[in-house]
Amino acid sequence: MRGAPLRVYTILYLLFLYAPIALLPLFAFNDATIIAFPLSGFTTHWFTDLVANAALRQAVGNSLFIAAMTAIFATLLGLCAARAGAMARFPGKGGIIGFVMLPLVLPEIIVAVSLLIVLRQVLGLNLNNWTVISAHVLICTPFSIAILNGAFQNLDPSIEEAAMDLGESRFSAFRLVTLPLVMPGIISSMLIAFTISLDEFIIAFFLTGANPTMPVYIWGLLRFPAQLPVIMALGTILVALSVTLLIIAELFRRRGLARAGIKDTGGFL
Amino acid sequence: MGLGSFAKSEGGRAATLLAPPFLYALALLALPILAVVLFSFWTQDFMTIDTQFTLANYREFFDKPIYGVLLGRSLMVSGIVTLVTVLLAYPVAYFLSFHVPSHRKSLWLFLITIPFWTSYLIRVFLWKVILGYNGVINSGLVGAGIIDEPLSFILYNVNAVIITLAHAFAPFAILPIFVALEKIDRSLIEASRDLGETRLTTFFRVTLPLSMPGLVAAVLIVFIPTIGDYVTPELMGGAGGKLIANMIQTQFLQLNNAPMGAAIAMVAMVCVTAIALVFVALNRRWLRGRG
Amino acid sequence: MTALIELKGVEKHYGDYHALRGIDLEIRAGEFFSLLGPSGCGKTTLLRTIAGLEEVSSGSIRIDGRDMKGVAANHRPTNMVFQSYAVFPHLTVAENVGFGLRRDPRGKSEKARAVEEALDMVGLAGYGKRRAHALSGGQRQRVALARALILKPKVLLLDEPLSALDRLMREQMQLELIRLQRQVGITFILVTHDQEEALVMSDRIAVMFEGEIGQLADPETLYRRPATKRVAQFIGKMNFLPGALSADRREIDIAGLGRVATADLATSGEIGGAVSVGIRPETLAILFEGETAPRREVQGVVSEVVYYGDMTYYDVRVDGIDRPLTVSMKNLIGRPVLDVGAAARLAWDERALVLLPG
Repeated sequence: MRGAPLRVYTILYLLFLYAPIALLPLFAFNDATIIAFPLSGFTTHWFTDLVANAALRQAVGNSLFIAAMTAIFATLLGLCAARAGAMARFPGKGGIIGFVMLPLVLPEIIVAVSLLIVLRQVLGLNLNNWTVISAHVLICTPFSIAILNGAFQNLDPSIEEAAMDLGESRFSAFRLVTLPLVMPGIISSMLIAFTISLDEFIIAFFLTGANPTMPVYIWGLLRFPAQLPVIMALGTILVALSVTLLIIAELFRRRGLARAGIKDTGGFL
Repeated sequence: MGLGSFAKSEGGRAATLLAPPFLYALALLALPILAVVLFSFWTQDFMTIDTQFTLANYREFFDKPIYGVLLGRSLMVSGIVTLVTVLLAYPVAYFLSFHVPSHRKSLWLFLITIPFWTSYLIRVFLWKVILGYNGVINSGLVGAGIIDEPLSFILYNVNAVIITLAHAFAPFAILPIFVALEKIDRSLIEASRDLGETRLTTFFRVTLPLSMPGLVAAVLIVFIPTIGDYVTPELMGGAGGKLIANMIQTQFLQLNNAPMGAAIAMVAMVCVTAIALVFVALNRRWLRGRG
Repeated sequence: MTALIELKGVEKHYGDYHALRGIDLEIRAGEFFSLLGPSGCGKTTLLRTIAGLEEVSSGSIRIDGRDMKGVAANHRPTNMVFQSYAVFPHLTVAENVGFGLRRDPRGKSEKARAVEEALDMVGLAGYGKRRAHALSGGQRQRVALARALILKPKVLLLDEPLSALDRLMREQMQLELIRLQRQVGITFILVTHDQEEALVMSDRIAVMFEGEIGQLADPETLYRRPATKRVAQFIGKMNFLPGALSADRREIDIAGLGRVATADLATSGEIGGAVSVGIRPETLAILFEGETAPRREVQGVVSEVVYYGDMTYYDVRVDGIDRPLTVSMKNLIGRPVLDVGAAARLAWDERALVLLPG
């Protein structure tokens, strides 16, 4: 297969992928309440409407808090699992790691529903930010593991032993030698987990009470056609934020490779 | 060896490290799913749960046709979405693996996956905007004079759901196929050409079979989550496009019938797992048969 | 020389698998000692137990009189050069070499001077500021050496340090390591599967097979008086001929060559029962026109000729011997090369024969 037709196909495919997102800024600055062509004039009042909305601000605050906590805990768990993954085998290890990665292939509604049952009916807890955080950590940990596995695989396993041989304890060997080399992976993992949590809807929908997250709030807005452009504005900001975070994550990943002098073979794989 | 020396050995330390994530998953995944299983055998009356073991929920599932219809529709939609998505994704993954120089691969991958990382809700909403009666496509086509009346068949039905899901899960399909293609030893392809095969036959005899693990992964990664998708059918499906997840949600949140919702979820999960296992098994047979 | 390291009855098993079986060993202070053997023989495992990176399952290890049981790697008077060199890629060369000095109470400038000296010693003077990941394999190895030696260990352990280098670099580094060991004067323990390397560098070699020591001796003894066929085959090439001892064990009847007094043969100990006789290819010689055998002679036919540049190897078929004998001849000026099928007269010397069990 020659390169040219495939290249054209891929570019068309990318356009298909990006097309809907390109609409966001287009209509966020459009002075009309209906999302349709032809465009009316330019305006920023949808954005100012956004900022003035107190309920939205609170939802954003909830989302940021949840996302930050999720990032930290998912990365911590992912670090444990990825490091264990790089170490010697023991009976059942493969199965355990497979089990921890399971949420990747589970439909989110199953996760949401089962946690709802346990947290509400069985434990009788109130739904709050922490119920959402616990669920988000569950689904983000596999991603963290995938990213950190890559980071650990690029490590020469002997360097920690070398550090110990040179006089360091096991923990300080990890701290002085392994951690700096894995740090870009840790940062990537935190950024990815943060982004996933920020955007996650289904689980949040089931597990928030009076404390909606941003996507849940947006869902509420969808009922009101007049609010559509506001959603466009919000969406524009979200996309811009996510893209920025991802670019930072990617830069860190590349820098991590460069620091350790490893060749880049592509992505978080 | 004794437990003491195991604990100190590297394997033992690995086990200790793995304990936190494992226990966490056990508590938040295994136990809740167990709870779902249990609940499916109980009944709920308004706010109280009757914990007497009963098959009433399952009986209702198989008695009332609506559930079967929804499940069947869900499986069909997911099947079509999976087929479409994977077929469209393969050439992209192939292009990336074979026609892009190494140092550029991560850039392309990055570009492809960015849309995936943005809010799913927003993306679905955007499709609604695009496909709507007064939406982007219609207003554009009408405004350009190509059609007089807006198209009404592109929203609030199954088609809309399929288009939206295919868009949303595209990168899920590309990545595993790409990884599998990358792993193929290039000298195998050269050897095939050297032995007289054309580019096309080499693809079907060498590349495609060797990329099968990636294909299987892509199919599973698209099929399984789309069964449980709730947002797209809710926003885009209209009356005729609702899927099984919507029914589950309805049972839980509107009808206060958690056990019924649990039962539906169980049936759906069993179906999906069965289909997935059959698919993987068939695949292994096919690969082995070709030797 | 005094015994610096004593291993008694050292065993190591992983579940059912016995990596080390009953190793008894004494390594002297200041010697260049090698652990030689094929992959999987346990030599690296043994090295790691001395380093403290693995615990022994039973037996004891004493270094400088001190029992090492329960002593972790970071507290042992040993330092190791790993097979992958394990140079820290995120640090500079100087930071790598000075890594082990972190808890050293000396001042910054003193430590910097020590680093400079160490770099100088391994031939990397001035490389301090370079990033470690930008070095070649040979340079990384030197960094690993400097990093280990700067801590002035009693023992330097080297795990297959030369296997990743190309041939030219390897030969260079062999001499470097010998020079370094003499300069620093400490005990070196080297693990390798390359017998040539071991012979060149070591004062003594322990040849290991399947977790046990096959023979422990200096290079010349190992070469000239191997204890078993296995050791003989591992070190250099050897021809094996079946032999029958006489009842009183004073004479041996060697297939194809005839009777010889047992006392003339090299052995490494009491041998009885079934025996073989080993002959190294370079101790056989093909006699050309006009030459006579100094001791013994036997007739043969050339069946294979392999030209190596400095040597030519001949396979010669002799009556009464199943397999052809391999003979190596230096390619001197004017010396002809025989063709396959040519008649050949072989000179042999009973004092170069080795008596081996089995």
